[in-house]
Amino acid sequence: MIDYASVLSQRAAAIKPSGIRKFFDLLTEMKDVVSLGVGEPDFITPWHIRDAGIYSLEKGFTKYSSNAGLSELRREIARYLERRMELSYDPDHEILVTVGGSEAIDLATRALINPGEEVIIPEPCFVCYSPIASLADGVPVVLPLKADNEFRISPAQLEAAISPRSKLLILPYPSNPTGGIMSREDLEALVPIIIKHNLFVISDEIYAELTYGQKHVSIASLPGMRERTVVVNGFSKAYSMTGWRLGYACAPAEILGVMHKVHQFAIMCAPTTSQYAGIEAMRHGDEDIEAMKAEYDGRRRYLVQGLRALGLDCFEPRGAFYVFPSIQSTGLSSEDFCEQLLMQEHVAVIAGNAFGASGEGFVRMCYAASMHDLETALERIRRFLEHL
Amino acid sequence: MRNQRNELRLLKCIEQDCTLKPEQLAAMCDMTVEEVQSEIKQLEQDHVILGYKAIVNWDDTIDESVTALIEVSVTPQRDKGFDRIAERIYQYEEVESMYLTSGGFDFTVLITGRTLREVAMFVAERLSTIEGVTSCTTHFILKKYKEKHTVFQPQEEQKERPIFV
Repeated sequence: MIDYASVLSQRAAAIKPSGIRKFFDLLTEMKDVVSLGVGEPDFITPWHIRDAGIYSLEKGFTKYSSNAGLSELRREIARYLERRMELSYDPDHEILVTVGGSEAIDLATRALINPGEEVIIPEPCFVCYSPIASLADGVPVVLPLKADNEFRISPAQLEAAISPRSKLLILPYPSNPTGGIMSREDLEALVPIIIKHNLFVISDEIYAELTYGQKHVSIASLPGMRERTVVVNGFSKAYSMTGWRLGYACAPAEILGVMHKVHQFAIMCAPTTSQYAGIEAMRHGDEDIEAMKAEYDGRRRYLVQGLRALGLDCFEPRGAFYVFPSIQSTGLSSEDFCEQLLMQEHVAVIAGNAFGASGEGFVRMCYAASMHDLETALERIRRFLEHL
Repeated sequence: MRNQRNELRLLKCIEQDCTLKPEQLAAMCDMTVEEVQSEIKQLEQDHVILGYKAIVNWDDTIDESVTALIEVSVTPQRDKGFDRIAERIYQYEEVESMYLTSGGFDFTVLITGRTLREVAMFVAERLSTIEGVTSCTTHFILKKYKEKHTVFQPQEEQKERPIFV
């Protein structure tokens, strides 16, 4: 009998599994559940993009692409970034096509972190940064964000989180789970601190297309930041292409070269079919983005107004497709709230502390759901709150 | 003066789903509930919104009615052009939709009847005998795939355990 505990990598085994797994197992066994839990667009990938993927298969384009991704796709990504993000990258040396944004985050972290160096992670945030930092022998340092400050990073907070071992700042905006964004002014206030302490930045901009009321600003577009930033983006959220697993990283050639090396040995290349679909998305997908964004925006307003009308304190999300209401007025913990809401009213939302301890007292609701589902969810939440 | 942008957005939302509540339409169009209600009332009065109907997949019911698309060629009438003849056609209850079209014929007329024979008789006895109608070509509709952006056979849902993202 092998004692697996003694043979497994201690570092990998020490990573905490997602606490939400049990919750989802429960959810899949229930009927009539309205789920605002999964953080994924509810739209199917637009047909012309799917068709481009199918067409590439018909033509027999089923082989590996170059490690960095199809040259044509990298060129389209460069044009897209110029057109929509005010960013300029050389498609030959500064853009790498990855298996989703997640791989790009992993590569960037591994390319930049030496053992013991600290990675500053603002929480609540998407769950991957801390485990990835640990796997790269880095030390995650949590920067707890506050609802009062719309879940933005303040200069004072950042300064306080920095130590002599600080190396990397994760900048996950627009934010999953809070819907918070960092405006140009917010970012500009951080730049002198980042430069003074010689920090590098992974700017996870996967929700960059989904901002409401103001355009997303990439920190890499600010003076002095391009040389110390890895921009991570992808197709999942903007084009509803989650299952295609297609993302990309942009960085100075020296950083990207190391990322490319790791990618080459670990992954080879992103799926070729997805890359052909990606070319079509970048060439003819701008209108799809606008149409989906307009839909999300309407649902966002409806859910925020609905939650506020129920007496839940709800900061107005300006990006992504999540609202992050406070449930402190109910006297329940985030996990109890979610579990009771699911068991009593069959509505699935995610406990805020799943995204870091500072998310306690909040829940994440994803409004990438139909208006009818949102209406039903609000009605059930109303009933739930009344019976508390 | 109406806000035409809001009006268009509102119309598009209603056209997509006329069961949405005023609160939902208000959120989607960035208007107040009162604005939505008065705008809809005005649009109805102005005959911009003409009705609210459901899209029914009759193939999944016991209904056996048939629909035909008929290409109708006519001789336009002096002073009245196509409109006078069109009126004489669309007044029939059997006519579901009717369009003036460019190309090799003039009108596209959609007819619904209880049986194939009923539709055929309508074309032969009513439609083709109208003064000014010079020819009718009847195409029976065998299957409806999509109407008003609604696909009749819903796309199969991807059945997977949700993942945590």
